[in-house]
Amino acid sequence: MSRNINIKKGLDINIKGAASISQHKSVKSDICAIVPDDFPGFTPKPSVKEGDHISVGGEILHDKRFDDIKITSPVSGIVKAIVRGNRRKIERIEIAVQGNDEKIKFQLNDKSREELKRIIMHSGLWVMLRQRPYDIIPTPDKTPRDIFVTGFDSAPLAPDFNFILKDKETEIKAGLEALSTLTDGNVYIGLRTEKNLCKAQNVTPIVVSGPHPAGNAGIQAANISPVNKGEIIWTTDLITVSRIGELLLTGTIPTETTITLTGSEIAEPKYITAPIGAKIGSIIAGDIIESPHHKRIISGNVLTGIKVEPDGFLRYPYRQITVIPEGDDVDEFMGWASLSPNKMSVNRSFIGHFLKSKLFSPDARLLGGRRAMIMSGEYDKVLPMDILAEYLIKAIISRNIDDMEKLGIYEIAPEDMALCEFVDTSKLEIQKIVREGLDYLRAELE
Amino acid sequence: MKALRKFLDRIKPQFEPGGRFQSFRSVFDGFETFLYTPRTTSTSGVHIHDSIDSKRTMIIVVLALLPCFFFGMYNTGFQHWLAAGETEFPFWDLMAYGFFAILPSVVVSYGVGLGIEFIVAQWRKEEIQEGFLVSGLLIPMICPIETPVWMIAVATAFSVIFAKEVFGGTGFNIFNPALVTRAFLFFAYPAQMSGDKVFVATDPILGFGHTLPDGFTGATPLAQVATNVGDQLNLTSLSGDAVSTWDMFLGLIPGSFGETSTLCILIGAIILLVSGIANWRVILSVFVGGALMAWIANIFQSPTYAASLLSPIDQLMLGGFAFAAVFMATDPVTGARTNIGKYIYGFLIGVMAILIRTYNTGYPEGAMLAILLMNAFAPLIDYCVVQSNIRRRQRRGITIKS
Repeated sequence: MSRNINIKKGLDINIKGAASISQHKSVKSDICAIVPDDFPGFTPKPSVKEGDHISVGGEILHDKRFDDIKITSPVSGIVKAIVRGNRRKIERIEIAVQGNDEKIKFQLNDKSREELKRIIMHSGLWVMLRQRPYDIIPTPDKTPRDIFVTGFDSAPLAPDFNFILKDKETEIKAGLEALSTLTDGNVYIGLRTEKNLCKAQNVTPIVVSGPHPAGNAGIQAANISPVNKGEIIWTTDLITVSRIGELLLTGTIPTETTITLTGSEIAEPKYITAPIGAKIGSIIAGDIIESPHHKRIISGNVLTGIKVEPDGFLRYPYRQITVIPEGDDVDEFMGWASLSPNKMSVNRSFIGHFLKSKLFSPDARLLGGRRAMIMSGEYDKVLPMDILAEYLIKAIISRNIDDMEKLGIYEIAPEDMALCEFVDTSKLEIQKIVREGLDYLRAELE
Repeated sequence: MKALRKFLDRIKPQFEPGGRFQSFRSVFDGFETFLYTPRTTSTSGVHIHDSIDSKRTMIIVVLALLPCFFFGMYNTGFQHWLAAGETEFPFWDLMAYGFFAILPSVVVSYGVGLGIEFIVAQWRKEEIQEGFLVSGLLIPMICPIETPVWMIAVATAFSVIFAKEVFGGTGFNIFNPALVTRAFLFFAYPAQMSGDKVFVATDPILGFGHTLPDGFTGATPLAQVATNVGDQLNLTSLSGDAVSTWDMFLGLIPGSFGETSTLCILIGAIILLVSGIANWRVILSVFVGGALMAWIANIFQSPTYAASLLSPIDQLMLGGFAFAAVFMATDPVTGARTNIGKYIYGFLIGVMAILIRTYNTGYPEGAMLAILLMNAFAPLIDYCVVQSNIRRRQRRGITIKS
């Protein structure tokens, strides 16, 4: 008997360019890169030098504090560049692909928790897990109360996990069993429909219905068993679980990822199998609609993704690329007064609000000026958590640690509040505010 | 439209730092963003944004005010014609008279308020905020038609500076600026702001209208209530006829310019609620609170407090009650921000407004004071709601651990 949770608050954003599972191709990339910034909480120390030869699974970075936590290479080749930014911060490590995918084997010596942790950390899969509070990579010396795995992605144009993971049943089962040894509590898995694929031992399946952000593991956690002060939970997704399973079954890490190439600027949105960290240009080549206006390429979805250039790289969670119009070359006369049905909004003064089946092609403009918080209750409609979002945001902005704690900052991650940022009349940078708040809190308290 | 864009692009450099008109940068920016949606794209977080912005929000409120505004023009003319003893009411003459009567107040209110906003925006190097688009129209609408424009200028300047800008501008103010303007006028110039002369325009304007007879009195129904003697209420219009509930609903009674017509306020409320700009919780609970208090007062009616003789329906339709409930109590910045808080906030406004009106005959209009009072209490109401959320979170932690 599985439990059901029904999420009422939230918003499904209908935008043009959903990938069809009938379109699927594979691409290669001559260069791949890993960006340490994708893994909050990881303080990178390079383990390689430029010019070093590296195999699949070879260590390229390790954490300054816990040197067992490694980031490994998804491809075999030569370390081409360690790109550093301000104050010598490592921005990315580029690897030129060479050789024939020689892979490092990770051996599991026994089935103890410590050994399992070691192998996950050494293989580089540890950094793909997340811990709350702080939404960072898990701290290895702490055991999570529960682990929450999301089995679907509800973000706009997100890939269908059922398609990506269609022949991965054994890997998922192995992965889930591994996770259940890493916690004394439960492993919850949030799914859209009950499926055989997750019938592993010691796992509690939860059927989740409702609009985005229902697919966020943190939202599921908040509705199943929220994080309290002093507690730690881990969140992850089924794709990572399958990767962990593959590691345990084969001793090697997967080198490829299946992503969706989506958005209104893509001629034929499709699924693509590409190397992890592949160059964006080699993935999108030939798929972008030729037109003179500027375009924005996002590694990820339109709510939480990262803006990248064609010479940039596929970023964690290695799941999606979205291309939308940039909009900085558009002259829209009195846009605030517009009655056009093409304007997307949750506000009922726009005709577009009533066109529930219409697919919109929004661009990246803020569509208004940044203001102080004026309207009330906007965030509450799209945040399915028992959190007073406005007050939490205000506490974060004023760096009031006591209020942040009391108002539930330990329960949230920036991605959970992405919709609040989308609907905000005052156009505040809410995800940035939350991320800075979490980092501030961690720096103060740890 | 291309030519306009080109023109703006051509003159823009002069408003940039170092340009000839750099001290008007905020003003230019205000007009440019008004005419063209800014091209700014997102640099962090979400890549797409909802089309709603504060310009549209404020303009919708202004739109919702327009039925009341147009009716106010008509009613100003109507009351004037009535006071002059006319029996014919030519529609366009009435409208024209009302228009010319209100125009100076609107121009002065917007001029003074926006002028201060522009200066402050330039000084703080910020964008111009749209909040005053609403306040600037509200101010003339909640004042008696005969309020001298210099008083409106002084009161507007006072409220924009001391009720809004000193707190940091739109979004940071504690008290509703339009109501502060009204309260300032009420307390600073009590002689000119009450009595039976100010609510009806008395002089001909630009050839429209009449010269009124000397002994004319134009007391509003609430002013008549305040001076009522005995246990019978006889509310009369300017022509001496009894005022019916239907007259109050339509709004053909003397009163502040935009406040009289419950019908037009209802239309405004529908615009605000359908567009989702105003919160239904606040409006509903103001009326519930008001009706409850009016009903209680009516049960314990006494000739000492003549307003208690009014039926609850009349109470809700007279004076500025309905207008305040729809357009003032719903201000999201100065009101309660939590959903539960909104019910409490609205309910207490309704109760206080009728309480003040009924039992303090010195202030025939209670809605203004009730909202200002509750503006001060809104943070406290929200604090309690927030605390209950916090306690729920803390208790949750304790039960799980034990």
